[in-house]
Amino acid sequence: MQSATSNQNIPAPVELMSGGEMVMKALIAENVQHIFGYPGGAIMPIYDALFDYTDRLQHILVRHEQGAIHAAQGYARVSGKTGVVFATSGPGATNLITGLADALIDSTPLVCITGQVFAHLLGTDAFQETDVINITTPVTKWNCQVTEAAEIGPALAKAFYIAATGRPGPVLLDITKNAQLEKMPVQSYEKCNKIRSYRPQPIVRTDYIEQAIALINQAQRPFLIFGQGVLLGGAEKELIALIEKSGIPAAWTIMGKGALPTDHFLNVGMLGMHGNAAPNILTNECDVLVAVGMRFDDRVTGRLDKYARQAAIIHLDIDPAEIDKNVKTTVPVWGNCKETLPLLTKGIIKRSHERWLEKFHTLLSEEDKVVIQNEQNPKSGPLTMAEVVARLNDITKGDAILVSDVGQHQMVVCRYARLNHTRSNITSGGLGTMGFALPAGLGAALASRQLPVVAVIGDGGIQMTIQELGTLMQTQAPLKIIILNNAYLGMVRQWQELFHENRYSFVNISSPDYVALAAAYGIAGTKVTERSELVDALTTMLAVNGPYLLDVSVAKEDNIFPMVPQGKGVSEIVLSKDDMK
Amino acid sequence: MKSEITITVYTENQVGLLNRIAILFSRRKINIESLNTSPSELEGIHRFTIVVFEDEEIVRKLARQIEKQVDVLKVYFNTNDEIIWQEMALYKVPADIIAEKVKVERLLRENGARAVVIRKDYIVFETTGQREEIDSLIARLQPLGLIEFVRSARVAIIKASAGFHSKLLEFEQQQPGPMLSDNSYLGRNEEIFTM
Repeated sequence: MQSATSNQNIPAPVELMSGGEMVMKALIAENVQHIFGYPGGAIMPIYDALFDYTDRLQHILVRHEQGAIHAAQGYARVSGKTGVVFATSGPGATNLITGLADALIDSTPLVCITGQVFAHLLGTDAFQETDVINITTPVTKWNCQVTEAAEIGPALAKAFYIAATGRPGPVLLDITKNAQLEKMPVQSYEKCNKIRSYRPQPIVRTDYIEQAIALINQAQRPFLIFGQGVLLGGAEKELIALIEKSGIPAAWTIMGKGALPTDHFLNVGMLGMHGNAAPNILTNECDVLVAVGMRFDDRVTGRLDKYARQAAIIHLDIDPAEIDKNVKTTVPVWGNCKETLPLLTKGIIKRSHERWLEKFHTLLSEEDKVVIQNEQNPKSGPLTMAEVVARLNDITKGDAILVSDVGQHQMVVCRYARLNHTRSNITSGGLGTMGFALPAGLGAALASRQLPVVAVIGDGGIQMTIQELGTLMQTQAPLKIIILNNAYLGMVRQWQELFHENRYSFVNISSPDYVALAAAYGIAGTKVTERSELVDALTTMLAVNGPYLLDVSVAKEDNIFPMVPQGKGVSEIVLSKDDMK
Repeated sequence: MKSEITITVYTENQVGLLNRIAILFSRRKINIESLNTSPSELEGIHRFTIVVFEDEEIVRKLARQIEKQVDVLKVYFNTNDEIIWQEMALYKVPADIIAEKVKVERLLRENGARAVVIRKDYIVFETTGQREEIDSLIARLQPLGLIEFVRSARVAIIKASAGFHSKLLEFEQQQPGPMLSDNSYLGRNEEIFTM
């Protein structure tokens, strides 16, 4: 029996926690609910800690780390939250690279946590060691290696702050195994809200706002184009307020699709190589071009020396590095468009531009006659991609989230999908990552609370990440998959037809029986080959609870038109192959 | 039109940041002519001085990309007439030629060379100046038996502004910089048991 006095001499036991537990504490403090990942040797202590938190953190076990990161991207793009990924060292980490590059170019907030070998083994070519920090530097907004448990909390706080603020992007934290295992005195997690060397958004300059207002007020043929910045800034209402007051017709990049409802009277369609004719042609006739949260990608601008040379250009962007990067700006409006759009709206006079808007409508009806009607409502012949999307629109009425992969079907979805809701067009825009849609769709389906999620994928893209059907089986995420199957790598084939004298070099791709494959994974599905079956099949697909796969055979050699041919200016857009001569 | 442009970058002192900055150049296939990185006047803040031969418009875009990096505080870029710059060089010359040839001694003296080390077999001289001055001295020492030569990267001070100094002090007052975290486990393999 010990006396009270001797007790006082024994120091109170220090409560300890591991680095792995610190990761969990951080994720909960950051309000993370879903993690996409795959375990392995160097991240085992984190997974061990996760085992005690499964009531608060849902981990989705993917079939390949690329699937994890694309799923996290889909999840982040739909929810607006930061996507979280776990992967182990070496191959686990290198499998994230495509997703990191995709998330960086498409400004998607992600925090990726990779395990790393013990700190003393770094640089020794240890088992599953790879130099993840240096490999990922060009494809991350920020990355950092942590070799001690005490650094984990502060590093994760920085990671979440950097990923989600300013122009969002992917962040990677590489945590050595010893740091995950190490026991340290219990540490509280403090969120980061300031980094002295990091300015998430530039200061809004009133002189530029005033100059922009003056330009807009004087404009006779103003035109507004917007990109994903509107979605990322949550500035959909602010955008609508501006265009409705100023009467400016608005067109969108594929990353901006969904920020403005398809049916809005000032929505004049899609920009870019396979966009609508009107916004492309009239880019070169407007007198003031207001660009909001978009980065003048080459697929949007075509030849720069033939792009909007006649117009005064107002560029609203949160990232100062985007100003003048591709297109010389007349007035740069730096800042988050959530803040800057209302400042413009306040200053501009209420107007309408009926005759100018009429020009868009005239060109649109021409395109409708030559391209759209034939594509969406063919009377005979094989099914077309556009009619599948059109019939889907008929059923969803625009109340859906569409995820697309990369290629012809992506252009069809972006051109024709009717969308009423923001954050409802999920596609790999900047990087053009085939294989994106199945895992991204899975993440989107987990993030979507009300809207059905439909992933439209080509027969090439689906085979790049088809292993994620396993994840779909295990999670039963209610993802509806439509494979637009033309037995070709369609977009490459189209280019070979148009620019390489029909030399179809390795674009003929065979497919497994997708419905049987889905069945093997316990996922219901149907094959559609006839026009008469299409609507019923789509209706069934949407009515089913849980995942579903539709394999639709479409015309083998359809081309996507209109098209701004390579090396041409936007106003040289053509409506058909015959116009290309 | 291409010209020599000096880029000055203030950064946090972080492992890996040199690579993050360097790849912005290599990605665009811009060659770095000279690179100096050293602590600035404030602890924890580093200053890069990078010289490129490039079009000013391209450097402007590049500078914005550098400044966009999370750990970068500030970027300046200047043409040669906007800065004062120096490079340092060391020359190892055989001792006997100095003794034998008066013109070598005169040459060194004319160029303001200072003897850093004097040994029986060789002498190491140092000069500080602009690239052309150093180039011309090497050219003249070469035929006379120069043993070894090394030149430093450029260091430069910007003429115009009051400098970034006061801004730096402000940064430091607002929020201390992050601690430099390096790997304290390297070389300790034998103390540590792993699976």
